[in-house]
Amino acid sequence: MNRIPRDRVTAALRSPVAFSVLAGVLIGALFLVGTGADPLAAYGAVLTGSLGADGIGATLSTGTSVLGLALALAIPLRAGLINLGGDGQLVLGGITAAVTGLYSPFPAPLTVGLALLAGMAAGAAYAALAALCENRLGVPLLVSSLLLSYPAVSLASYLARYPLKEPGSSLPQTRRLPEGVALPAFGESTVTVGLLLVVLAAVAYWFTDRRTALGYEIRMTGLNPRFAAYAGVERTGLTLRLMAVSGALAGLVGAIGVLSFPYRFLDGSLTAPGYTWTGLTAALLAAAAPIGTLLASFFFAVLQVGGLSMERTTEVPRELTQVLQAIVIVFLAARLRFPTRRRKRAQRPSPRKNNQEPSSQGEFV
Amino acid sequence: MFFDSDLLMSALRALTPILLAALGGALCERAGVFNIGLEGMMLLGCFTAVTTSWFTGSPWLGVLAAALAAAAYSLILAVGAVTLRGDAVVLGIAMNLLAVGLTSFLLRTVFGVQGTFDDPSLAGLPLIGGLSPLAYLAWVAVGVAALALSRHVWGLRLRGVGEAPDAAATLGVSPAKYRYAAVLASGVLCGLAGAQLALGNVTLFSENMTAGRGWIAVVAVMLGRALPLGVLLAALLFGLAEAAGFRLQGLGLPQQATDAAPYVVTLGALFLTTARRRRRTGRRTSTSRTSTDRSGAAA
Repeated sequence: MNRIPRDRVTAALRSPVAFSVLAGVLIGALFLVGTGADPLAAYGAVLTGSLGADGIGATLSTGTSVLGLALALAIPLRAGLINLGGDGQLVLGGITAAVTGLYSPFPAPLTVGLALLAGMAAGAAYAALAALCENRLGVPLLVSSLLLSYPAVSLASYLARYPLKEPGSSLPQTRRLPEGVALPAFGESTVTVGLLLVVLAAVAYWFTDRRTALGYEIRMTGLNPRFAAYAGVERTGLTLRLMAVSGALAGLVGAIGVLSFPYRFLDGSLTAPGYTWTGLTAALLAAAAPIGTLLASFFFAVLQVGGLSMERTTEVPRELTQVLQAIVIVFLAARLRFPTRRRKRAQRPSPRKNNQEPSSQGEFV
Repeated sequence: MFFDSDLLMSALRALTPILLAALGGALCERAGVFNIGLEGMMLLGCFTAVTTSWFTGSPWLGVLAAALAAAAYSLILAVGAVTLRGDAVVLGIAMNLLAVGLTSFLLRTVFGVQGTFDDPSLAGLPLIGGLSPLAYLAWVAVGVAALALSRHVWGLRLRGVGEAPDAAATLGVSPAKYRYAAVLASGVLCGLAGAQLALGNVTLFSENMTAGRGWIAVVAVMLGRALPLGVLLAALLFGLAEAAGFRLQGLGLPQQATDAAPYVVTLGALFLTTARRRRRTGRRTSTSRTSTDRSGAAA
């Protein structure tokens, strides 16, 4: 990968990914003009606000959660499985980590490790439950994972409001974790070691995807499940394992959230920013490819954080960035692309999902 | 008395939006398009209904505008999944996301508020016997859909298009036309569902006020096997769960428990019916259900 052939670059530029992002940005500009704002100034504010000295820390700490959930959703997506239960797995991971952090009798550093593991275990177990629903009971994963998410969010909310509530506080939150039970941060920033953990997870995913037989089986299942089954890939076992890994990552993000500022479980603080949906959008944009997921997550973290500064400087509501994300995926799902590609794609598209283009299969850089 | 007429009325109110949306979903399912964008279409309907009613002073215009706006919105799915043969599942998810972002964005640009728009001069739908006219319309729609699908030539062709698109095309029935019609009809029904939610059940708009009802409607389509009467029963189950949840909350159960109740009940019902269906048909089709639907839409 030292030298990138020229035709690969043009292919990437013509790919549906580039088209969709461009279309999203252009339609967003129309919205901005419609509300009487200057698109260039607004987009400028997005970039300076998220990548400038004041914003980069926020972008990286938001990016930690977005990348974590994007990976969590990309890994099953690579095999054609959509996990919509990220919210539930995330908050269960968060509340479990909070309980572990509050009641663990061990010294602080050990407790941090335990809390991370406990969060991952909780997320994994809950996601595995959704997989069992599909494998044993025949409820489609898409539906079982999503429906299971609501009771989990309600349960965590109940725990934070009643049994675990900080006495005397008016907020629905648990007590602050004991001194030292926290992930180390970089300097004065809000960026913690959690960022390294999710980047490590991304590297592990890249390695599995590219270099191992398991990664090959996963991709093959995503491309053509019947062929994969014929070739001996056991689908139910794969579903269970992929969902467990997926849930573990979502739970890890929850645990990282609790072990970072404000060092407690605050009801709604994990789900309100919409990491699950942003993560899913990033995973879809990248066709679940490892490096692509990393880049797409960074792109959406920039949008999300930049949206806030755009709101401050140009008074355009930050919800615009959410609209942008969705437009990108609408175009991508409809497989629109630059016209020159169309003639080549005369063959019927296969019904499974992440096989849009050879160029978006691997890393599209 | 736990089960009384109040509980029934509140169940009927709760079921109306689900029923309308799920009927739309059932039509799409029958035509071979897997529509999980119901939630987004409903939410857009809520916002359009409230905006139009507020600016014109007429809730009826609000209902009409909601139906039209959601139908226009559903064109995304029709063009994307039917004409361009994109992935209906991804499109549906994106449409749900887009609706949340778009309505929150417009709420702030049009009304300048965040969270909830609630104004005493906002006109809601009149109630007849405790229910809005749309609730009665929903029941009529069940009958019309059931008759059309089982008796009328359109309904039979729609089913043909869903079950064997190539055979239908050979007989001169255009699968694309019927699929467009089904998706547009689901848009209209979801728009009505949204209007009922925002102007019938309450009179306000708040961000993400559909709160998973569109997903429950998707499940209702599965539970009811895309049959209008089956969908009605599934929606009734959900309505009862929601109403019972409210009642239990009045009896001192925490709100979180009752919030979760409809989803738990729906999941439970889904387990029971799919498990029984599986025993009957052997262990053949059920896990591949969504994927076959998807390939149906793409074929």
